[in-house]
Amino acid sequence: MKLFREFLWIISFTYLGELISHGFHLPIPGSVIGMVLLFLALYFNLLKVKHVDTVGQFLLDNLSIFFLPAGVGIMVYFPVIKDTWWLLLLITLIVTAFTIGLVGFTVQQVKRRFEGDLSEHVMKKETKMIREEKTRVVSVD
Amino acid sequence: MLSQLTNNPLFGLILSIGMFLVAKLIAKKLKHPVFNPLIVAMILVIIFLKVTHISYEHYYQGGQILNMLIAPATVALAIPLYKSFHLLQHHARSIMVGIMVGTFFSTFLTGILAIVFRLDHSLTASLMPKSVTTAIAIDIADKMKGVPTVTLIVVIVTGIIGAIISPTILKICRIEEPVAKGIAIGSSAHAIGTTKAMELGEVEGAMSGLAIGVTGLVTVFVAPLMMRFIMHLFG
Repeated sequence: MKLFREFLWIISFTYLGELISHGFHLPIPGSVIGMVLLFLALYFNLLKVKHVDTVGQFLLDNLSIFFLPAGVGIMVYFPVIKDTWWLLLLITLIVTAFTIGLVGFTVQQVKRRFEGDLSEHVMKKETKMIREEKTRVVSVD
Repeated sequence: MLSQLTNNPLFGLILSIGMFLVAKLIAKKLKHPVFNPLIVAMILVIIFLKVTHISYEHYYQGGQILNMLIAPATVALAIPLYKSFHLLQHHARSIMVGIMVGTFFSTFLTGILAIVFRLDHSLTASLMPKSVTTAIAIDIADKMKGVPTVTLIVVIVTGIIGAIISPTILKICRIEEPVAKGIAIGSSAHAIGTTKAMELGEVEGAMSGLAIGVTGLVTVFVAPLMMRFIMHLFG
């Protein structure tokens, strides 16, 4: 029942987030509220990572397949973008290109000016830390 | 007869999972970001439904089982965010400034271009949250009266474009800091971009993964504000 227990935690936070979002008519999606609540619960040690880790990782590793049924819905919605799809593509290309450049530039400037260059030592320590926590990065496959 | 076979939730579930596995196989063979498994699987399922004249409603009976898991998966994003929180704290200033600037800029530019190209309100709303991870983006679009399905497609395309062009853009802009590269990719091309960031290096990958959740949170507040601002200016 371990997996069900983990699943129960995650869907309970999801449900709570949705209740709050609808109940208070908030413009914030219920899933985002649920995410913040789960983060706070982990951060304040009310819940341990191991209580949600396996199922959480399963959900995150398989994120893309969950979008398939909604994506297939484009066959119903296609008339909506029939004439404008190339514009949407163009806008996406322009905005994405400029945003990547701007964010990279901004982070680099702020980091160099205020946070300084990390010394070799700290850099190594940090890389090691990240290596140990490699599974932390969300991957969409 | 066929209708009886497909009017069953298991049909949509089997078709979804089966086609997704086929798509993953294709993506593995043709290692290029354009062959994103989700896009390929979508095309396969649509072709199948069209050829066999099976309705979307029948397919969705099973499809909604997968669809229901999107919200819990979004909530689960809290887990990697929690695990890499020390990285966020370490580079708090540069990360937060970068993501704020990026979110305001990308929603603003999207809005302006939408006005220039005379897109209607619902399409503009569907485009606004396109840099954030799919689950959060479709919720934002829904709250802003956009079309979540259009958002879904645009978000995936954004991720693919980001994964393809990011190395070139970063080189042109002379971005050398791994932290800056990772945040730039994650905040503009979410999880699909993150797969590219992971190829660039470990720091890049971790930073990109972290940027997904943070950008999602920031965009929840910025996108509706920007929408109102753009409409106020030009509407």
